[in-house]
Amino acid sequence: MACFLVPTAEAIVTTVAQKVIEKKESETAAAMSQNGITRAFSQKLKWLNHMLWGGSALLAFEHLWHGEIIPTFPFLTAAYHSADFSVMLHELATSGVAMAALVTAVWGGIVGVTACMEKSMPATPQAARERIQ
Amino acid sequence: MTLLITAFAAIFSTILWYTKPKSVMQLGTLCLIYWGASLMWLVDAVVEYIELGAAYFTPAVSDMLNDAFLGLSVVALGLIIWLVRVLVRDPKGTVHDRILK
Repeated sequence: MACFLVPTAEAIVTTVAQKVIEKKESETAAAMSQNGITRAFSQKLKWLNHMLWGGSALLAFEHLWHGEIIPTFPFLTAAYHSADFSVMLHELATSGVAMAALVTAVWGGIVGVTACMEKSMPATPQAARERIQ
Repeated sequence: MTLLITAFAAIFSTILWYTKPKSVMQLGTLCLIYWGASLMWLVDAVVEYIELGAAYFTPAVSDMLNDAFLGLSVVALGLIIWLVRVLVRDPKGTVHDRILK
């Protein structure tokens, strides 16, 4: 009914967080990696933003397709009746939260794998080439 | 069906991203859009499976057709979002050159 609202809310929060972290990183020059291989955290947070915004947009389209979103206020057909509204809240609390949690967990996995790869990388591109040879 | 079509779009775009590492077309963004949507629909599918049981795997033909149509529309929308982003960011400067020169 409106499960995409939870990932959308998370996307708003993570986008703001990413902008703030990006600004701090550029101020402290933490974004500049020592070996040219590691990525700044704000860049990794951008992956989560893309997944959340993209997924939410496509899911919102699905709800539009099924007539659950309307162009007039209150924009959600479930918001018209109190019975539907409680079902919508239940869906937000179950499906919506599960969606946001799964996407965040997968992103966490990607960040974890990336961190491991960054640690195992040689310090300089020259050293990387030597290691391959 | 929508989940399946979106998952295939995600897999295909990821293969494309992997095989073209030097591409400036921001294929990574396209991958993340489709993977994000696929994961969300996966949750939807699990919830529906819990409610319907085995009947989830035997949908009516009309429902399947509607879902397939929706899936294709979703893939098209994902491509449009990605394309607009690429054109706005204009990594190759092509839009800038075409419009301003």
